[in-house]
Amino acid sequence: MEVNEVLLPGVGLRFEFDNRDGDRIGVVARRTGDFEIVVYPKHDPDQAQQVFRLSDEEAEALAQILGAPRIAERFADLTREVPGLNAGQVTIRPGGPFVDRPLGDTRARTRTGASIVAIVRDEEVLASPGPTEVLRANDVLVVIGTEDGIAGVEDIVAQG
Amino acid sequence: MQVSATLLLELGVILTVLTVLGTAARRFALSPIPLYLLAGLALGEGGIAPIPAAAQFVSTGASIGVVLLLLTLGLEFSIGEFASSLRRHLPSAWVDVLLNAVPGAIAGWLLGLGGVGILALAGITYISSSGVIARLLSDLRRLGNRETPAVLSILVLEDFAMAAYLPLLAVLAAGGTWLQALLGMGIAVSALGVAFVASYRWGHHVGRIVAHPDNEQLLLRILGLTLIVAALAEFVHASAAVGAFLVGLTLTGESAHRARTVLSPLRDLFAAIFFLAIGVSVNPADLVPMLPAALLLAVVTAGTKVLTGQFAARREGVARPGQLRAGTALIARGEFSLVIIGLVGTSLEDVGAVATPYVFILAIVGPVLARFTGTGGRPAPAR
Repeated sequence: MEVNEVLLPGVGLRFEFDNRDGDRIGVVARRTGDFEIVVYPKHDPDQAQQVFRLSDEEAEALAQILGAPRIAERFADLTREVPGLNAGQVTIRPGGPFVDRPLGDTRARTRTGASIVAIVRDEEVLASPGPTEVLRANDVLVVIGTEDGIAGVEDIVAQG
Repeated sequence: MQVSATLLLELGVILTVLTVLGTAARRFALSPIPLYLLAGLALGEGGIAPIPAAAQFVSTGASIGVVLLLLTLGLEFSIGEFASSLRRHLPSAWVDVLLNAVPGAIAGWLLGLGGVGILALAGITYISSSGVIARLLSDLRRLGNRETPAVLSILVLEDFAMAAYLPLLAVLAAGGTWLQALLGMGIAVSALGVAFVASYRWGHHVGRIVAHPDNEQLLLRILGLTLIVAALAEFVHASAAVGAFLVGLTLTGESAHRARTVLSPLRDLFAAIFFLAIGVSVNPADLVPMLPAALLLAVVTAGTKVLTGQFAARREGVARPGQLRAGTALIARGEFSLVIIGLVGTSLEDVGAVATPYVFILAIVGPVLARFTGTGGRPAPAR
């Protein structure tokens, strides 16, 4: 499936794709963290009809429903099946910018496309952590994404 | 510390009036800027309710307002967006300058404004209001539309053009020679280049200097840094506004995101004061003879903006209704035109007299026209 990415300067990004029924669907990802879901009617493909808007939190919930947990369950298989997809581990160093801040503050997925599918803390594994999960020093994040995406998450966690 | 009851009362009444006007404007999905200007006119010299005690605060607040407006504008844009806009829409940007600055310049010449006045008026008719238009596109739910990237690209390129234009104008308005003005522009453009490189390579370091988990600390640091840079820029005659814009550009990523959040309430307050101050600085009696000229200029440059938008949207392969939507969206002039008026206001009162009603007209007409065009005959839904 081909997903088109369009830059909206000063606002954010727009993703567009056609579904199996031939509907053209657009997702506007705003810098503020809000999302807008639109469809393009066939008679005027230039003018988007808005379906709904989602806040940061609502979008995260929808993403969870649509498949984020599934990725968490199958990430080991997935990285083997999909060329270019890798799993990596990123450690939260003491004194880093995100210690004692919620995971959502890193905006890692928005910024790198890579997903944080689990947090390993001491002996415990928090599977599919939500954006409100507060990070602690020495947490290990399990990240799935492209090699660049994982490196991006490392940069974000190290430098903010 | 002596508390001045008169000052507090005057400020309180002013802010209350502004909020009533702002709510009224928002109800009709219009920009509140024209109403703030109107309030300023009523309050200023020759108006119906002068404000002796608050005048000092309003004029101080106005300079902070300009700095905050430009800082938050810089925070909105990244270099990547500028570069990609430049790649896709450089021809549109030239069309934009040609079609919209020239009518302003001709009008300035016909009104006998002199070199600096002509340059100022050209800038005022050229620059669309990215604040008003970005909000308009979001309110009208057009962010998903095919023509929207073209509109936003035009806005980015205009705002960056201002970084070179403002210092040029600032020096000339202060009575400098063209050579000094070009020097000021050179400084500003090099500073822009440095800010680009700095933001690209060391943006996260700058971010780290100002970053602090505590919002109060973050606010004080960013504001302190911005005011210092703005003062330095003003000192080398490159205009404080440009300095603030550069600081905004240099901050990227997470720090920019948080800075936007903590700064926007402050920006809203002081920007409102700035718009008010522009109105205060103009004497209503001076406006009356200039009204026909302002109206004519508004009609002409509304038309040229529509042509600009159509040209840019056509480059994105958008059909006719979408081209028209892009064109009418660009009509609104606003904060940047007022920044220009503020810059030359003290030295050239004639510019303010024609340009203030001009901005007033287009800040109202632009959003209304945008709302009713290209939607297949029916108005777009209110929010």
